[in-house]
Amino acid sequence: MSKRKCSEGDHQDNGTESEVKRVLSRFKSETGEILPGGLLDLPVDITVDKLQLICNALLQEEDPVPLAFFVNDVEVAGTLENNLNKNFSTSEDIVDIVYQPQAIFKVRAVTRCTGSLEGHKEAVISVAFSPDGKYLASGSGDTTVRFWDIYTQSPHFTCQEHKHWVLCIAWSPCGTKLASACKNGTIILWDPLTGKQIGRSMIGHKMWVTSLSWEPYHQNPECRYLVSASKDSDLRIWDTKLGQTTRVLSGHTKSVTCVKWGGRDLIYSSSQDRTIKVWRSSDGILCRTLEGHAHWVNTLALNVDYALRTGPYHPLEKPSDNLVEQAKKHYEAIGEEKLVSGSDDFTLFLWNPEKEKKPIARMTGHQQLINDVKFSPDGRMIASASFDKSIKLWEANTGKYITSLRGHVQAVYSVAWSADSRLLVSGSSDSTLKVWSIKTKKLSQDLPGHADEVYAVDWSPDGLRVASGGKDKVLRLWQN
Amino acid sequence: MPQNEYIERHQKLYGRRLDYEERKRKRDAREPHKRAERARSLRGLKAKMFNKERRNEKIQMKRKIKAHEEKKVKQKTEKAPEGALPVYLLDRDVTSRAKVLSNMIKQKRKEKAGKWDVPIPKVRAQSDSEVFKVMRTGKSKRKSWKRMVTKVTYVGENFTRKPPKFERFIRPMALRFKKAHVTHPELKATFCLPIIGVRKNPSSPMYTTLGVITKGTIIEVNISELGLVTQSGKVVWGKYAQVTNNPENDGCINAVLLV
Repeated sequence: MSKRKCSEGDHQDNGTESEVKRVLSRFKSETGEILPGGLLDLPVDITVDKLQLICNALLQEEDPVPLAFFVNDVEVAGTLENNLNKNFSTSEDIVDIVYQPQAIFKVRAVTRCTGSLEGHKEAVISVAFSPDGKYLASGSGDTTVRFWDIYTQSPHFTCQEHKHWVLCIAWSPCGTKLASACKNGTIILWDPLTGKQIGRSMIGHKMWVTSLSWEPYHQNPECRYLVSASKDSDLRIWDTKLGQTTRVLSGHTKSVTCVKWGGRDLIYSSSQDRTIKVWRSSDGILCRTLEGHAHWVNTLALNVDYALRTGPYHPLEKPSDNLVEQAKKHYEAIGEEKLVSGSDDFTLFLWNPEKEKKPIARMTGHQQLINDVKFSPDGRMIASASFDKSIKLWEANTGKYITSLRGHVQAVYSVAWSADSRLLVSGSSDSTLKVWSIKTKKLSQDLPGHADEVYAVDWSPDGLRVASGGKDKVLRLWQN
Repeated sequence: MPQNEYIERHQKLYGRRLDYEERKRKRDAREPHKRAERARSLRGLKAKMFNKERRNEKIQMKRKIKAHEEKKVKQKTEKAPEGALPVYLLDRDVTSRAKVLSNMIKQKRKEKAGKWDVPIPKVRAQSDSEVFKVMRTGKSKRKSWKRMVTKVTYVGENFTRKPPKFERFIRPMALRFKKAHVTHPELKATFCLPIIGVRKNPSSPMYTTLGVITKGTIIEVNISELGLVTQSGKVVWGKYAQVTNNPENDGCINAVLLV
């Protein structure tokens, strides 16, 4: 290889003045494909910026893509030297540098409270941005669902139909409907444009509804079906057009805590009976039961959550003619579906629910129950929020522990990722939000402002805003 | 003894008296008067039995009336209860916490002025003769510059005595206190909390420096175990409380948290 010879020649020239060690290395993609450049002779004190330049040149893409580099699953932060083992012989071994393309757009950390939206007369329990990031809805203990205009930061509609606390809300991936469920077990659909109820109230659950999930956009762009999980240990699939239950999925023996509608015709549900059940959505047949947790399973997250939530929308792309194709593309970009579950036994399990009953990994480390877990939008990292006041980051493929983010002084209730997976926001019982930088693994912004516990937090899919609500009855908007 | 239902038979055959309805109505109308008369005139065991029966009747009647009223009035939808919780906290026993103490700035201002809105605004002044006992010292007990504190005191952790010869104020060990029973007025709960210091004894600044705790004294207590948070998300650990009892008489310190 002429390239190597050439570089060796260089080495001999300046070898006298500085003894810079060199290593043979090659670039690999995440899937293990080696870049066409072959072996490269790189000085060990090469920085990330230079690696980026080389890698982008090898990739031969028109626009340079921001990349992150990993050696032995550890991210290269400063120079390559820091990541090499002690017993690594620089002259013989080959370093495999794995590159990961990062999101092209960048979300700036939210730094200040730009609006406190008052109106709710009771604690704000749930907050959600619509998939296109244009609407904001909140559900509260005062039995109302409210829509807010985020541009003027003023109330839009107040929807009073529920008779009890509105526990959960969920936007359909098409962005034209919002489902809300109350403690009486009633589910109601709302139109964000008029603030009116769509169809009839859906009554069927005997106890309160704990979680809602819409069917994915790429399977049905109409967004007709909705699955709800309830305390009465049943799941119900609703036909929202007819306002009727199409199927009751019963099998859990205790309260169902969380439900997710996966992209490949599967519904995942976690329950306080310590199991996670996988159902086929088309005929309601129980496919498998994932067992392993020793206590209540509190929460579930899919690595495709973000893709399913936003459906055809993307912060950079213009909506094209074929929205279904677009949604499908976003969904398939993540790859195989993975499920992570957080539990009262202080552990998380990583599953491959489409194929096996066995967990990929068991993630231990938390000292209190895990209340919320989220995959990053690119599906590479998991963040788990626990009552032990910490947030822990895990690798999504292997379940390896990355780091803990400490700073809250009381239980962390919820976390939300920014769309570019570079930032994380967490809401806690200590009345603050904290923004964490994933790159430095440190606190990036402390956002005090709420007067009491923060129950719900959401980062808009376009990355511009964060909304949070809590016990102090005020909904707050945070911006850069 | 009458045989068979002969009255009914007669009524069936010949009908009732023509004024039967009228008489019945009058009898019924007279009935309450008769009963009232009975209630008034009965004595002894009979009265007791009668009253018991009457009472039961009245209860039944009221119940029936109420049931009828409820049937008539359209059920008003009951309001959703207060204290809404998110789904993930519904199945957990969440202890009710008082709202975060939001008036941190106000409190700081007050601290500067040394004035607080306290539960017991007026306190009886403690005179020196009440708080201190004169100790006679010297070989022939002629000197009387030494004082013993006769009230409860708080002595800090890092206090070291002066040489006993020069010690002017003696704070007896038996009257030193480290903990106080502090009531949170919003939570309506009492906690046994460690004392951090005596902030102000209204009787005299000297008592404050000596750490004398009497009724009405403002003490600082460590409330970190209550888990209160400031708005900026830090744990509150020191807060003021006012003593509400006479500790020297009771053998314990009771105080109310100032919020």
